[in-house]
Amino acid sequence: MSFSVSDTAIDVAAARKAVADNSCGALVVFEGWIRDHNEGQEVERLEYEVYRPVAEKEGSRIIDEAIERFGISHAVCIHREGLLELGEVAVIVCVSSPHRGEAFDACRYIIDQTKTRLPIWKKEHYITGISEWVSCEYCAAAGHSHGEHQHE
Amino acid sequence: MKTKVRYFALFRDQTGCSSETIAWPGGSAAELFQMMAEKHSALKTEAAALVAVNDEMAGWETVLNDDDEVLFFPPVAGG
Repeated sequence: MSFSVSDTAIDVAAARKAVADNSCGALVVFEGWIRDHNEGQEVERLEYEVYRPVAEKEGSRIIDEAIERFGISHAVCIHREGLLELGEVAVIVCVSSPHRGEAFDACRYIIDQTKTRLPIWKKEHYITGISEWVSCEYCAAAGHSHGEHQHE
Repeated sequence: MKTKVRYFALFRDQTGCSSETIAWPGGSAAELFQMMAEKHSALKTEAAALVAVNDEMAGWETVLNDDDEVLFFPPVAGG
């Protein structure tokens, strides 16, 4: 499965191995980590809610689009769900191709699309004991697509 | 016609319900959202939200059929 959702720790070595190919000279890996702050708040842990039936279908479409658009050899993306602690890997994208250029471009495409098209939500739990769903207020207010500015 | 509406994440918390089945004259997904926004004041605008019909992503202009299951997704935040 090129795109999958996991409720346990992501096996980074296995994800790399899944795209291994002797005809490829480049492997580009993106890992999204749980960081300890967001918009001035100190974060203690994160919780991801995923609606799997749609996320898995649409996620696989994103991988297919990347292969078609950039001509890469292989790509996998794994996204976590559930409660995650600081430093844990929330998402990983591995792309392999004969040369590095298309691998970088495809990796960027996959993570950007994953963040904006899939039914995945995160709730930040702050050290103050408060928790909040994260959404892009800028997008919500402007009602525009995410293509117009970058998120961290 | 009859439509099942499901709410996720922020929408579920704000409306206080995860799903409801309604009877209405029918129309597009956007019209359904606007109708539900009158019932649940927390549903402000569909502009930054996403919609799926029968587990497939859809556009807000999609015309709904009887017994469709409509999923309202608040602004997403993967990664």
